[in-house]
Amino acid sequence: MLGDILPNKPSSKGGQVPTRSADPSISVRGHTVDLDAVTHRYGTLTAVADVSLTVRAGEIVALLGPSGCGKTTLLRLVAGFLRQSAGSVRIDGKPIDALPANQRNVGIVFQNYALFPHMTVADNIAYGLQAHGRPRDDVRKTVERFLEVVRLGEFRDRLPRQLSGGQQQRVALARALAVEPTVLLLDEPFSALDKSLRLDMQIEIKRLQRQFGLTAILVTHDQDEAMSIADRIAVMNQGRVEQFDTPINVYDRPATLFVTGFIGTTNLLRGKTLHSSNGTTTIALDAGVQLAIASERHFAPGTPILLSARPEQLHLYGEASADRWPVRRRFALPIGPNTMHDLETRDGATLKIVEQRIGAIVDATGEAWCGLRTEARPSLFESSSQP
Amino acid sequence: MSVAAAGVAKTPARGIATLAKPAEWQLALPLALAYAAFFLVPLLLLLAVSAFEDEKITVLGFANWRKFFGDPFYWKVTFDTVKLGFLTVIATTLIGYPIALVYLGSSPRWQRVILFIVILPLLTSVVVRTFAWIVILGREGVINQTVMWLGISPAPLRLLQTEVGLVMALTQIEMPLLLLPLLSVMSRMDPNLRDASAALGASKWRTLFKVTLPLSLPGLIAGCMLVFASSTTAFISQFVIGGNRLVYLPLLIWQQSLVVYNWPLASVAALTLLVSVSLGVVLIATLGRRSKGYVHA
Ligand SMILES: Nc1ncnc2c1ncn2[C@@H]1O[C@H](COP(=O)(O)OP(=O)(O)O)[C@@H](O)[C@H]1O
Ligand SMILES: [Mg+2]
Repeated sequence: MLGDILPNKPSSKGGQVPTRSADPSISVRGHTVDLDAVTHRYGTLTAVADVSLTVRAGEIVALLGPSGCGKTTLLRLVAGFLRQSAGSVRIDGKPIDALPANQRNVGIVFQNYALFPHMTVADNIAYGLQAHGRPRDDVRKTVERFLEVVRLGEFRDRLPRQLSGGQQQRVALARALAVEPTVLLLDEPFSALDKSLRLDMQIEIKRLQRQFGLTAILVTHDQDEAMSIADRIAVMNQGRVEQFDTPINVYDRPATLFVTGFIGTTNLLRGKTLHSSNGTTTIALDAGVQLAIASERHFAPGTPILLSARPEQLHLYGEASADRWPVRRRFALPIGPNTMHDLETRDGATLKIVEQRIGAIVDATGEAWCGLRTEARPSLFESSSQP
Repeated sequence: MSVAAAGVAKTPARGIATLAKPAEWQLALPLALAYAAFFLVPLLLLLAVSAFEDEKITVLGFANWRKFFGDPFYWKVTFDTVKLGFLTVIATTLIGYPIALVYLGSSPRWQRVILFIVILPLLTSVVVRTFAWIVILGREGVINQTVMWLGISPAPLRLLQTEVGLVMALTQIEMPLLLLPLLSVMSRMDPNLRDASAALGASKWRTLFKVTLPLSLPGLIAGCMLVFASSTTAFISQFVIGGNRLVYLPLLIWQQSLVVYNWPLASVAALTLLVSVSLGVVLIATLGRRSKGYVHA
């Protein structure tokens, strides 16, 4: 029976609805979480400002943002450790604002795991079941099952301090999952792990989330982590959600200048709008070129704008052309199979361009011309929206 | 020049390094000597003195040991002393542990205020605090005035020179000794543990008994041991509040040594006090460790 829910076999049907478990006691249905204009203040400091998010059933949403932007606070509001100053949190459509933390049935894995140091692995996993008043036999069986699920059977009698970081985290996961929570909350769960272990645990969490059809909210300040694990990312800045979208859209269609700068590397070029119509905006860059950019946003002529282009969206040319602008090469760094060029435009802006090395000898200094790659779609922002 | 200096510096550096190894135990030497001079030697002297029969310390024999342990009065004094210690431990724990919980749930600013209030009594002399308790416990004292005003009792309660009054006073006097180790352990406890417990569905009481209490037990045990050792030997408080009606071992020792000049009997009483306090402390530690296993299960 366990074989059915243990996904040791590679999942060939990735992206599929969570596998139905043969074991009826494991809940597979995810639950929805809605945040409705949630605001939280610590005294005069507004840590979470008017956040509205809808997390779908069985979805992993990452809260991504710099340190201090209010991610942990938002998570603690959902868990019920804090009571929001305004707004409402709903699970499956029902407001849970009046419920104390111990009646919300929300699973949480802390950054430092917060395992009970005086209890064995098995006792840690049993804790929530006992608190829920499950019969002794049921507790024992469930503990066994979850020891299996996180592959820690042989460590059942160890104390947390006798485990490695990755093992501790698996115990924390098993402890949270054993009570069949409606939502799993993870606060920077990988930040205490070393790099090689991180990927393993990310896969493990994704696997468990799929296996149990869990709705999960993951807090992180690591964009790669958010991109690889989450179905959708809420990019936060100073207590607000700047963009809530799929990883690809957050990367390729950043909604704000902050998102562009926070996710990935980007080059910003100043200029102003010439005209804007039919989804195309023509701009004049201070670097000395006119470009027609596809853009859903409409800009009034004369609006000062910033063009945001990823290093991989730009290309270096040896000769001039109408849609290229002159640059001065400052230096080039080999990065694996790529070369990163550091360039300066005529108006003094710095550009970074990544090009694949194909064996040709590349000039590291001197004049060159820079242009957008054919398929590239950079983003445009009004430059007054610069933070 | 700097090269020469470095060359010269090398030799003394190595000299220090070779010195450093044996110095590890040598560093403990001053403390060991002080310990020997001010604890071990007096203890041996005490043992020696107790082995004399007469007050002039001339005749060897165990007459005073037989006298002490053959007389129900001395047994009662010993028993009362240990009992006083345990009553004080129980009272300080019952009042102090909730204070520690309040401390745990407070904001950092309030924690500093609570800590200051806890330490405050240590900044005043025991004598002053004890005399303050006379004012509080007396016939016309604060407690009796309140009791009479509330109509709980028609006549003033007798609190001075009673065990109840003494335990009340000692509870306040010894409270810092319980709270300091307890608060230090509690403030080092990961606050996420209590949140984790709540998220797993545990009520406040379950969290208290399954998480907070077991994890604060080392601090509580340390505090109880200090309170026990301190209250059983609190000569000033015992004497000033208990008066002559309540006799505890410290008072007995003082009477025998400095009033009656029966040094051998005083030595026997002192050794009995030492042993019974040690046994009490060991008992508290054992109980603590036992209950730890029990609380965890
Ligand atoms: N208990 C608290 N009291 C006062 N301010 C707090 C408290 N916790 C967090 N803050 C502040 O709220 C802001 C958001 O914090 P937090 O949610 O922990 O951010 P993040 O998890 O994104 O790093 C920060 O400015 C932080 O200093
Ligand atoms: Mg945080």
